[in-house]
Amino acid sequence: MLVIADLLNQLEAELKKTIIERHLVNPLMIGVRTGGVWVAEQIHQRLQITDPLGLLDITFYRDDFSQIGVNPNVRPSQLPAQVDGRDIILIDDVFYTGRTIRAALNEIFDYGRPNQVVLGVLIERDGRQIPLNPDCVGASITLNKGQRIKLTGPTPLAIEIQTLTVAA
Amino acid sequence: MNDNLQLNSEGKLKHFLSIEGLPKELLTEILDVAESFVSMTDQQIKKVPLLRGKTIVNLFFENSTRTRTTFELAAKRLSADVLSMSIATSSTSKGESLLDTIRNLEAMFVDMFVVRHAISGAAHFIAQQTAPHISVINAGDGQHAHPTQAMLDMFTIRQIKKDFSNLRVAIIGDILHSRVARSQIQALNTLGVPEVRVIAPKTLLPAHVESLGVSVSHDLNAGLKDVDVVIMLRLQKERMTSALLPSESEYFKCFGLTEEKLKIAKPDAIVMHPGPINRGVEIESKVADGPQSVILKQVSNGIAIRMAIMAMAMQKQGIM
Repeated sequence: MLVIADLLNQLEAELKKTIIERHLVNPLMIGVRTGGVWVAEQIHQRLQITDPLGLLDITFYRDDFSQIGVNPNVRPSQLPAQVDGRDIILIDDVFYTGRTIRAALNEIFDYGRPNQVVLGVLIERDGRQIPLNPDCVGASITLNKGQRIKLTGPTPLAIEIQTLTVAA
Repeated sequence: MNDNLQLNSEGKLKHFLSIEGLPKELLTEILDVAESFVSMTDQQIKKVPLLRGKTIVNLFFENSTRTRTTFELAAKRLSADVLSMSIATSSTSKGESLLDTIRNLEAMFVDMFVVRHAISGAAHFIAQQTAPHISVINAGDGQHAHPTQAMLDMFTIRQIKKDFSNLRVAIIGDILHSRVARSQIQALNTLGVPEVRVIAPKTLLPAHVESLGVSVSHDLNAGLKDVDVVIMLRLQKERMTSALLPSESEYFKCFGLTEEKLKIAKPDAIVMHPGPINRGVEIESKVADGPQSVILKQVSNGIAIRMAIMAMAMQKQGIM
């Protein structure tokens, strides 16, 4: 039911519209590791963005450090030196509780003060826990209890809805 | 020493007291996490919120500038509240016991102690005695261990040489008094360095040094051959209680690293020193400031490695 090409097309179209509406000038695209980077690589190419893609690892900004600790797979974030005054397109794969984007915004703002940030996600699903919303989405879906979205990649980029079998 | 004290029930880092007893995977994890902290210097705001609201006390019973300041900076970059105490100038000089000092600080809701002490085993003792939610990091105890220094050295070696599995490393100088050397040897062996050499006069080597897993040489020229990493140690005159050396100039002549002698090592060999350096005693200025020296890189890396160790030791403490 979810076709990756359709989702990318829709996200690309919405971003193009938003770039015009919000007057984004020479935008800087940043992908959130890991899935967000895979999506961003594709969109970055489609929108022909000149600056190299920025990579964000939010491990040190997560709000569940005291429960899960440091993810040993953490890798350095790679953002261009200048974030001040830039128009940023932030890309993630799935928008769920909103906590990842909260962490990502905090990290970006430690690099500088962007002019504006637009959030694009491949899929928006239900389950918001904080008052944040994406600006551009490939699709919005509602999942049943026990279902989750799994993105694999980077090539080929694929998506599936998994149903977890939970013991009663 | 009981090294399980360092790990919690899930095998995660709880205290960092000694390299001994820590598995290769954990040391590698520390190096990996530290790598992400290095790039943080690109941020305008050089801080991450990991240890926000945590209180860290640097307990320095022995003088130190580099170690104390890098621990302090590391804690601040993790957003912890940090207090540095030089105990030589505080209550212990009025007769308060070590345990009483610890109990008093615990009553101030401290989450971590970073301990430097002239007596071997001091950090270990505090880790055994302190409240269960508190983590202890050893910042150097007597002649026993200086594990964060060893880890920042491993980090620097990996940064430049990429891989441990084909390296020859020489550690030169006052091995006898050096807690740094002991921790370095353990770390190098754990991480799979095939050959670790120690080069020193007989009087500056501990008995049975070979049992640490090193080869021994008393000749600098022979020992430096084909070496990838040269680690110089400071001559610890303050710990020498008897006449172990004829004179400093004699020592420099035999074991001091000069440009000429460095040529014996591989052309791309790096020169390391944990500091503070005694110019003209164990190392020539031209070498210390030369292109093969990574001494200041070691200092910068000290912040990232201490951030990684502190963050990893503090994880899950909230719900244990």
